Amino acid sequence: MSASMYSVRLVLAAAAAVSAVVLSSCSQQQPDGSAAEQTSDASNTGSVTLVTYDSYQISDQTLAEFTAETGVEVELIRSGDGAQVVNRAILTKDAPEGDVLFGVDNNLLSRAITNGLFEPYEPDAIDSIPEELTDGTEGAVTPIDTGDVCINFDKAGLRQRGLAPPESLDDLADPRYRGLLVVENPATSTPGLAFLLATVARYSPDGFGDYWQRLVANDVLVENSWDNAYYRRFSGGSGEGKRPLVVSYATSPAAEVVFADKPPKAAPTGVMLESCFRQVEYAGVLANADNPAGARQLVDFMIGRTYQDDLPLNNFVYPALPDAELPAEFRDHAPVPADPLSLPPEQVDANRDDWVQQWTDVVQP
Amino acid sequence: MRSGALRLGAFAVPAGFLLLFFAYPVLTLIATAFAGEGSLGQAWSALGTGRVAGVIGFTLWQALLSTLLTVLVALPGAWVLGRFRFRGRALIEALSVVAFVMPTVVVATAIGATLADDGPLAWLLPAGSDRGLGAILAAHVYFNLAVVLRMVGSYWSQLDRQVEDAAAVLGASPGRTFWTVTLPRLRPAILAAGSIVFLFTFTSFGVVLLLAGPGQATMEVEIQRQALFLFNVPAAAALSVLQIIAVVAILVAQTGLSRRIAAGGGSVASRRRPASRGEGVAVTVFVVAAFAVFAGPPVMVGVRALATADGWGWGNFTALAATDSTTVLSIAPAEAVGNSLLYAVLAALIAVFVGGLMSLALARRGTSVWEGVWLLPLGVSAVTLGLGILLAFDSPPLDWRGSLFMVPVAQALVAIPFVVRALVPALRAISPQILEAAALLGASPRQVLRHVELPLVGRAGLVALGFSLAVSLGEFGATVFVARGDRPTVPVAIYRLLGTPGSSNQGQAMALAAVLIVLTAAVVLATDRWRLPGERHV
Repeated sequence: MSASMYSVRLVLAAAAAVSAVVLSSCSQQQPDGSAAEQTSDASNTGSVTLVTYDSYQISDQTLAEFTAETGVEVELIRSGDGAQVVNRAILTKDAPEGDVLFGVDNNLLSRAITNGLFEPYEPDAIDSIPEELTDGTEGAVTPIDTGDVCINFDKAGLRQRGLAPPESLDDLADPRYRGLLVVENPATSTPGLAFLLATVARYSPDGFGDYWQRLVANDVLVENSWDNAYYRRFSGGSGEGKRPLVVSYATSPAAEVVFADKPPKAAPTGVMLESCFRQVEYAGVLANADNPAGARQLVDFMIGRTYQDDLPLNNFVYPALPDAELPAEFRDHAPVPADPLSLPPEQVDANRDDWVQQWTDVVQP
Repeated sequence: MRSGALRLGAFAVPAGFLLLFFAYPVLTLIATAFAGEGSLGQAWSALGTGRVAGVIGFTLWQALLSTLLTVLVALPGAWVLGRFRFRGRALIEALSVVAFVMPTVVVATAIGATLADDGPLAWLLPAGSDRGLGAILAAHVYFNLAVVLRMVGSYWSQLDRQVEDAAAVLGASPGRTFWTVTLPRLRPAILAAGSIVFLFTFTSFGVVLLLAGPGQATMEVEIQRQALFLFNVPAAAALSVLQIIAVVAILVAQTGLSRRIAAGGGSVASRRRPASRGEGVAVTVFVVAAFAVFAGPPVMVGVRALATADGWGWGNFTALAATDSTTVLSIAPAEAVGNSLLYAVLAALIAVFVGGLMSLALARRGTSVWEGVWLLPLGVSAVTLGLGILLAFDSPPLDWRGSLFMVPVAQALVAIPFVVRALVPALRAISPQILEAAALLGASPRQVLRHVELPLVGRAGLVALGFSLAVSLGEFGATVFVARGDRPTVPVAIYRLLGTPGSSNQGQAMALAAVLIVLTAAVVLATDRWRLPGERHV
């Protein structure tokens, strides 16, 4: 029998198989779909799922208060560092893993909006949030908090080496500070991306590559997540590593004071204010959410006083709501940079992915 | 008529399954690679060609080194297994198979800890050496020792001793005899085993993800990175297409090489007890070394699982049952065990059913071309499958991306090759005369299948089931794409816990790994005959 005879039979058999499978899958569709509806009915009365990043924390009392107000329970899904959470959510946006996503920041917002990740929603109380924070949200997301991504330094670690804290981004590339800096990968981590943008803002889109080349020559260490960079590689405060310089937040020294067994007078770590880049974090109702009503209630709740008051000491960010109460540790140990580095959002939108790719080519060839 | 219907069923079900869950996702990947910016060329340039070349280079380099190292380490063992009878061989063979199916996340963790700066074997990788590559090679050797030991060992046992004896009588030294007589005769088996090791290590994911140094990535890892981190889906798809082409080429070569050893090989079983003092020492050394190597990573995991902040104890295990809303998992880690078991059982049933029918079709057709065509889809890597499924099943009527059954389907796709490799040789080993006799006595094809073929391949079927279960339990590359965040499997949970600082997270990861080791070992050992799929009944 010739090969072509075989292939004719193969095609026929394959066609038969396809139609069989398609038919059976169509008939399966029905029970499958109705099962999905049942679970969404259940979640309408019962729970709303908040998708967020790994290091997100909120106190049980705050969540309990939401449940007391609305009768809806909150379930948390943490799915990686900030950028991973957003990417994963976009890839699964037609069958989302939750109802609300918190953690997309100003630097990734356009990617999320362009890909239709969110169902537009504006809480009634949106007017209580400063207008500069709602810039660029297009009614898709609600600003929840702000933070400044800055170089943190371990005071004792630098003192032991006889070094003064670095004063400029240029200092980080100086041989005196060789092998001392840990940064996060901008492809995986939102503080990493914010710091990359800080270098773009400081050295221009044409010059930041050269700056990173100098950092690489100065033995910069890259970690994929903020947790690993700060806790495993950084030597200051609660860090268990060996390097005294890390990309973290302006509020991290306050966190060191709060979490210390014996609250010290001065924080063990400091912030290099010349390196800061502003980050705004948003929450939004996911398109195709099982429980959109509960999701909207949760977003409302997240810009209310209870949640906003609880935010600073859980996530070490500044609440978006100006009325929210700031803890004393923030006033004493979390300086707000007067003039952070910044880039026009349109420029970030248009170039972010190219810059990350350029960074990857220079730092991780 | 009935025979026709049966044959069509044996053909149509696996064909339909593969078309829907393999061909459709792969075609979607190809379409994605060409869509978006417009052309594959642009997707390619989006990858940054320098980096792509580096990734492909590293993928090939580590696979080549892994293969060479595995063969070198395993060859003395294959000699002992092939030539001698000794106590403990059954246990060593069992351990090697358990090692082969051990979850990648678990082994990578254990080997990483063993070779770390403060690990017990840190001296193996001196300062200045490429620690990432060293750890990757060690893990790959561990997984693949079984392949070489057993394929070369069983081939060796069928080689006639008299040829070597003749060389010795003619005055050749043992070394010269090995180089000029034994090695050339072993070549087909070494090449066949080596090509399988090369395929496995070329598509390595979990090991590389966890152990690679900065900037090091295999294509599998880079696909995941481009898709989930850089959100460059066309670039990820373009890399997947490259990966598929490479895997198909390796598979074609491998199928050819494996057929050569199936055809060759004498019939004289030549295993005997060690005759000289030297042979006795060699066997003892092998037994001790094999135990140490195979048991090493599980013991390392066990020790670290039992180490808690307050000394030795079960604290990490009891913590698995607690739900802590502040951890990365947000669920009790023990729930992941339930998820894994449920998924693995479903996946194994699918794999044995679809793979079984596929094996029937393959065994009956028997022509080599068809075998190649059927096997091509089977070698495609787990990450490619996971990404393809994620991209393909995203819109009605095939909007199944979030549905729970996609995880077992993805795991079944990874397990089916093992089922086919276990069942086809067993089915082929059934003598045609038996089938003809049954037919002559008036048995219908269905009766032949039920009363003759199924009982005869029952044992191979059990092996296939055990392998499917074990592979599905440990599957990581496809599952990490497809599993929902609220229903992690054990390997996914381990990976998430490992990535989170804090000694309690690390301890719980180790405890989960220990649970997974016990489950995997139990499944493999319970399937009675310790044989790699595809090994022939001797």
